[in-house]
Amino acid sequence: MSLTTPPRSSGPSGSSGSSGPTEAEIAGRVARAARAGVRRRVLVTLALVAAVLVVAVLSLTTGEVALTVPELVGALSPDGDVFARYVLLDLRLPRLAMAAEVGALLALAGALFQSVLRNPLASPDIIGISQGATVGAVTALLVLGWGGLAVAGCAALGGLVVAAANLLLGWRNGFSSYRFVLTGIGLAFVATSVVGYLLTRSDVREAQSALVWMAGSVSGADPAGVRHLGLVLVVLLPVGALLARGLGLLEMGDDTAATLGVRPTLLRVAALVTGVVAAAAAVSVAGPVSFVALTAPPIARRLLGDGRVGLVPTVLVGVVVATAADFVAGHVVPGQVSVPLGVVTGLLGGPYLVWLLATTSPDRRSR
Amino acid sequence: MLVVLLALLCLASLAWGARDVPLHAVIDALVDPVPGNQDHIAVRDQRLARTLAGLLAGLALGVAGGLLQGLTRNPIADPGLLGINSGSSLAVVGAIAVLGITSPAGFVWFAFAGAAVAATVVYAVASLGGGGATPVKLALVGAAFTAGATSLITVVLITDYTVLADYRFWQVGSLVNRPMDTVAVVAPFVAVGLVLALASARFLNAMALGDDLARGLGQRVGLGRALVCAAVVLLCGSATSLAGPIAFVGLAVPHLARAVVGPDQRWILPWSALLGPTLLIAADVLGRLLVRPAELEVGIVVAFLGAPVLIALVRTQKAVAM
Amino acid sequence: MTLVAHDLGLAYDRRQVVEGLDLTVPEGRVTVVIGANGCGKSTLLRGLARLLRPSHGSVTLDGEELWSISPRRLARMVGLLPQQPVAPEGITVADLVGRGRYPHQGVFQRWGDDDRAVVAHALAVTGTADLAERRVEELSGGQRQRVWIAMALAQEPRILLLDEPTTYLDIAHQVEVLDLLADLNRERGTTIVMVLHDLNLAARYADHLVVMREGRIVHEGAPEKVLDAGSVREAFGLEAMVVPDPVTGGPLVVPLSKAHPTAQAVDASAGKEG
Repeated sequence: MSLTTPPRSSGPSGSSGSSGPTEAEIAGRVARAARAGVRRRVLVTLALVAAVLVVAVLSLTTGEVALTVPELVGALSPDGDVFARYVLLDLRLPRLAMAAEVGALLALAGALFQSVLRNPLASPDIIGISQGATVGAVTALLVLGWGGLAVAGCAALGGLVVAAANLLLGWRNGFSSYRFVLTGIGLAFVATSVVGYLLTRSDVREAQSALVWMAGSVSGADPAGVRHLGLVLVVLLPVGALLARGLGLLEMGDDTAATLGVRPTLLRVAALVTGVVAAAAAVSVAGPVSFVALTAPPIARRLLGDGRVGLVPTVLVGVVVATAADFVAGHVVPGQVSVPLGVVTGLLGGPYLVWLLATTSPDRRSR
Repeated sequence: MLVVLLALLCLASLAWGARDVPLHAVIDALVDPVPGNQDHIAVRDQRLARTLAGLLAGLALGVAGGLLQGLTRNPIADPGLLGINSGSSLAVVGAIAVLGITSPAGFVWFAFAGAAVAATVVYAVASLGGGGATPVKLALVGAAFTAGATSLITVVLITDYTVLADYRFWQVGSLVNRPMDTVAVVAPFVAVGLVLALASARFLNAMALGDDLARGLGQRVGLGRALVCAAVVLLCGSATSLAGPIAFVGLAVPHLARAVVGPDQRWILPWSALLGPTLLIAADVLGRLLVRPAELEVGIVVAFLGAPVLIALVRTQKAVAM
Repeated sequence: MTLVAHDLGLAYDRRQVVEGLDLTVPEGRVTVVIGANGCGKSTLLRGLARLLRPSHGSVTLDGEELWSISPRRLARMVGLLPQQPVAPEGITVADLVGRGRYPHQGVFQRWGDDDRAVVAHALAVTGTADLAERRVEELSGGQRQRVWIAMALAQEPRILLLDEPTTYLDIAHQVEVLDLLADLNRERGTTIVMVLHDLNLAARYADHLVVMREGRIVHEGAPEKVLDAGSVREAFGLEAMVVPDPVTGGPLVVPLSKAHPTAQAVDASAGKEG
């Protein structure tokens, strides 16, 4: 099959009057445009990585025990200052790492969900995963009196059970996003009712501690938790990357995607399952940290500007948001008090969205 | 037929509870009360107000949900969408924390004010940028507001557990301890909201076709949207100030109505006005019966009652694109 | 590469839309499917494109059962331009056309010079090269349609199915698009199957005309054999005169209706108003 044909002037082409550019020229233009797109992507990614590093350094050096950067570096080597090493490796680094992982997982989940479900209200926050995890955690805390890892385990179980119920109930002769989301919302309300019941029937102080979990926090980060989340992240990120391209095609409509060789239903379910696992993992360890999953994808899209699904940038945005928010959470109130991460993201999310809306060009279609 | 069911439920609400009052006593209590008669007291002082509160709140929530789903053309919209519930909650938390108010009757005005302020802020912000307060923008700003308000509420609650002690009961949604004068105070708002809502039905039908087409049909989109939002504030604000934030009714009831009467808002809204109280009062009665002599708050029961119905409904419908 | 439907039945939610349909798509030719609204034209196309599973019967490609071919492999051979394709927000023309290369690229989406050349060619022949950096959502309806065709071309299918590719286009662009498809067919031998509403354009461009009614094929063959007043009445319920097209000599359908029930007094053989 011949791939290039001799240059020809096409019929009444749009705007050019004389015989148009040669195909070689067009190919060159397309290549240049593609390279420009790649350049922008790389730039954005590098900028985000830089942002991550800045926040990281800030987080690691600031606090009651202020470390300068040289001290920080010195503490990394095995024969550095013992106290600095303690502050760094046992306190600040786990917390930073966990915030980063939580941000990454939630952003991943958000990107996958938004791509598949195409409804701006349908983020993992509202379709039951967070609520199911909350039921698990609150049950563990208030009814069973457990703590620590057991709570995380129950939370993960709760989130996954609700998500599985959602997928199963939403499946009927095939997959429908509409059914999936509505079923999820219904299950979320049921879960919230259960939590309400537990909160009103328990001792007030215990209810308060449950509420703290529900606010979402990484201040209790421990190396084991960091490792577990890291494992989940390492597995899910490549999966997400594989799915991303197909998802981009899916955004052109099921028919077009199917014609290009995609299996729409399989892809959707795979993307949702991946998103669910990512969100459940993050929520089980940190509690329901609001808004990261909802806002990271639109921010990334804005930065990239060309309508693609940029997984790596989105994940990086999530990391930046979560770590920056955690930095604020840990230091905004003087002393050792740490505001829950979920509170900060909730408060920051608002103004961010407002900014986003105020600077959006008006919709073409009336949506 | 639905009206009959509702009437029966109301009777049940008056008759059943921690103690059962026989039917003839109920009628006597309403028509010709004997002071000192325990049954009559139970019916008149507690259950009547409670039933009326349930009627009003259910009606308001159902209609508000229908309005919002129609306005935003989004089937997962619930009355909390404009930030109303979180605004009310924030105001109530403020009332408890700052002013030491602890009874639901005391919360009423705060809840209402919170709802109104929230909706105004959300609507105003969503109107920024081009295009006015489009459905997507309303939804996103509402979500942002809710997240922000919830965060503030959380901060207060985790620092002061005495506030939590009172707030958590209001927050879960309940019809208990709502005296008659509270109900009477809220009723006019519901009435006005209902009138506005029914008047907006045709506007919403046109809007379902898209802004451009609606304009082409002669609808004034900006004005219409504002009126609908005003109706939502009146209705949902009333409901929340009366019963606490029970968003589920507003989400599920319009779906049920739509399943029965189709997409015409002129039918959906009245049906929602009937289905809402049916669901709410049924949940309330059930809550009284399930764990006698204790009670389960209506806000807890309503999701268990309604979610299976909603899920079953969604499963039997044809797949609809979002 | 022959696409054949054997006793094909297609249904939506238990409503049988296409029934017992046999069709052999002539290889290397332009086939146009016409029929009244709701007769099953689009459904047939979707069945041929493997978007809809047959309720009974089958579709084969070179004897191979369509549903046993992997989606990607099929995408390299058969392409479809659906009725209302959706362009993701913010996507550029070059990007969109480039997505047509997906079936030919491996899992790691390596872009070769081949791919770029194909995209360039697709842009050139559709006259959309100037629009390469523009966003699809900013284009007019006609430009957008040509971009979508460019994407389908970038897919380099042997068989191209198009569902009403000329809707929303003005007459000049309609003709331009159809000429484009005719060129494609002539120069590359791409088999084309399209659904058209305009009977006269169908008559001009079709080598093989398929007339459908209520889920079945009622007439099939060369336009001059198939299109006459009787078949138009049968398929559309429309009274019409079918006269020779002064440009091609083929059939030209001239509708008669309540507002215009008869021909003016014309000197028919001279074709001028008397």
